[in-house]
Amino acid sequence: MSICYHPPASDALALDVRGLSVEFPTRKGVLTALSDVSLTIRRGEILGVVGESGAGKSMTGMAVLGLLEPPGRVASGEIRIGGKRTDNLGEAEMASIRGSMVGAIFQDPLTSLNPLFSVGQQLIETVRLHSSRSRTEARAQAIALLKQVGIPGADERIDHYPHQFSGGMRQRVVIALALAGNPQLIIADEPTTALDVSIQAQITALLRKLCREHGTGVMLVTHDMGVIAETADRVAVMYAGRVIEIGPVEEVLSRPKHPYTRGLMGSIPALGARVERLAQIDGAMPRLNAIPTGCAFNPRCLEAGSRCRQVRPVMVVEGQGSVACLVHDGGVQ
Amino acid sequence: MRSANNALEVDQLSRIFDVSAPWLNRVIDRKPKRYLRAVQDVTFTVEKGKCLALVGESGCGKSTVARLVTGLYAPSEGAILFAPADKGRGRGKPMEAQMIFQDPHASLNPRWRVGDIIAEPIREFGLRSGADVIEARVAELLRTVGLSADDAKRYPHEFSGGQRQRISIARALASEPEFLVCDEPTSALDVSVQAQILNLMRRLQDELGLTYLFISHNLAVVRHMADRIAVMYLGRIVEEADTEALFADPQHPYTRLLLQTIPDVAAPNRDRELMGGEPPSPLDPPKGCAFHPRCPMATDICSKAAPEVRVRKGGGLVACHLAPAV
Repeated sequence: MSICYHPPASDALALDVRGLSVEFPTRKGVLTALSDVSLTIRRGEILGVVGESGAGKSMTGMAVLGLLEPPGRVASGEIRIGGKRTDNLGEAEMASIRGSMVGAIFQDPLTSLNPLFSVGQQLIETVRLHSSRSRTEARAQAIALLKQVGIPGADERIDHYPHQFSGGMRQRVVIALALAGNPQLIIADEPTTALDVSIQAQITALLRKLCREHGTGVMLVTHDMGVIAETADRVAVMYAGRVIEIGPVEEVLSRPKHPYTRGLMGSIPALGARVERLAQIDGAMPRLNAIPTGCAFNPRCLEAGSRCRQVRPVMVVEGQGSVACLVHDGGVQ
Repeated sequence: MRSANNALEVDQLSRIFDVSAPWLNRVIDRKPKRYLRAVQDVTFTVEKGKCLALVGESGCGKSTVARLVTGLYAPSEGAILFAPADKGRGRGKPMEAQMIFQDPHASLNPRWRVGDIIAEPIREFGLRSGADVIEARVAELLRTVGLSADDAKRYPHEFSGGQRQRISIARALASEPEFLVCDEPTSALDVSVQAQILNLMRRLQDELGLTYLFISHNLAVVRHMADRIAVMYLGRIVEEADTEALFADPQHPYTRLLLQTIPDVAAPNRDRELMGGEPPSPLDPPKGCAFHPRCPMATDICSKAAPEVRVRKGGGLVACHLAPAV
């Protein structure tokens, strides 16, 4: 049987996040984990979200999924998935959105799958949850999904348990699960970090192919610029809970505009040429309770001036992307 | 093959692990003993002051080699020879090699102050005596790795991942080794911190004349650090050559595909040839050349006979039936 998907509508946005802020009220005061994050993902497009530990990239994905750990809460801003506003929905409504409108792929495929059920049972349950198919139809669809994600001998493998699959194959099963509800958007949080490079390339290639075919938007959260370079169409760079640069992947990677992105790119050993010394960004990302005034990057920035310590930069359009840096917005002095 | 120029010579090294089920289960199920050949006939040398990198995917045996070299495992077969130390040694005999581990959260004792962690090798080997002298030495080591002398009083949890890796390096340097085995020293770190640690390791190599055995799965990092690279697949070295020669002209199909596969930030969205399949289980390695089920060029001979290690065109060694003859 053939699987029917929504036709990809090129103008529709899979995800539209505007001015999103996430707060964690604590005894010592409110910590702002994300502030004023805005990004969009078109259908069939892969947006890479990149940053170092603590930058807020996973938090953004979790906020979109409605899976913020309490006491975390969306303090302001709007999230729209496929045109439908989701940030103000209750838990029950959000649960029905997850799977049918937004799917998720996490880092460790072993913990995303239930070890006590065969992958077939898990897939059939998911398919039936999101459509009114009979058990036989759902099983046929589950086999079709496994074939799509490139699992050899899907007819037989469907009755195997997660531990009988290798890491790469398990991640393929997780991708099949994420696609089972035919969502418009998939949040992929470090989907290849636990895998070897040769398997990593297979999985990113599969993700690209499927998201093109199904017209699914993908938010690819990763710390690995290499994965972004191979997979994403556009990339958003995050630092200390804010998006500081966003644009087409070729432009951001080869002509980064923000000093942080530039430092990040310089610190990655390249395959092409060998340098004597890697560029390094001294210091570390600030803690949430000690984010500097002005630009959060100013204490580590080589180009910072007096204005950077006072004025918080906002995103301004520059070339084909946007950047939040005073160098591009009125000067640093 | 002993040469005065070599800091380390490893000859025909093998390590076999017994992974059999317990005796009673074997008797009941009538199953034989099972052995895992993690490392097989590995031979390499590291020149003094140079850096040799071992690369490969998980399960290829690279970390086992690191542990064999530092004496954490005993070899099943083969020999590991270090160059005789130049300096006079104190009471105990320090290992010629020290190790830097992957996870700086797991490799430092959380109940010890940083000063004690670094001083332990100095006390243990009797390299210095007197509390003041040892304290001064610890302060010196901390400054060498880019921390401050006051950090000796703090506990590991007060430091970030990159700073902890610096503490690991200071501890490794405390026993004044000439040889450092670094097992994925930066794979748990963010890229900007990784750059700081790699720069530090390069500077230490220049200043102290250290020799590195660098284990990593990241070919870009390896290219930055290593003078010579050995590529491992399923317990064997399949190709070994100087860094530039290996990158310019990879001759083993596995090396070639590995280079194709790794993402390159300098060339986004390029077309790549993907490696099919997955690494086989070392418990049940394929016959003949271990890579033949995944190899796009495999012929009949590849599934029958294991390839001999031979001299590689342009220097180095390669183990492939189809590699060009010299």
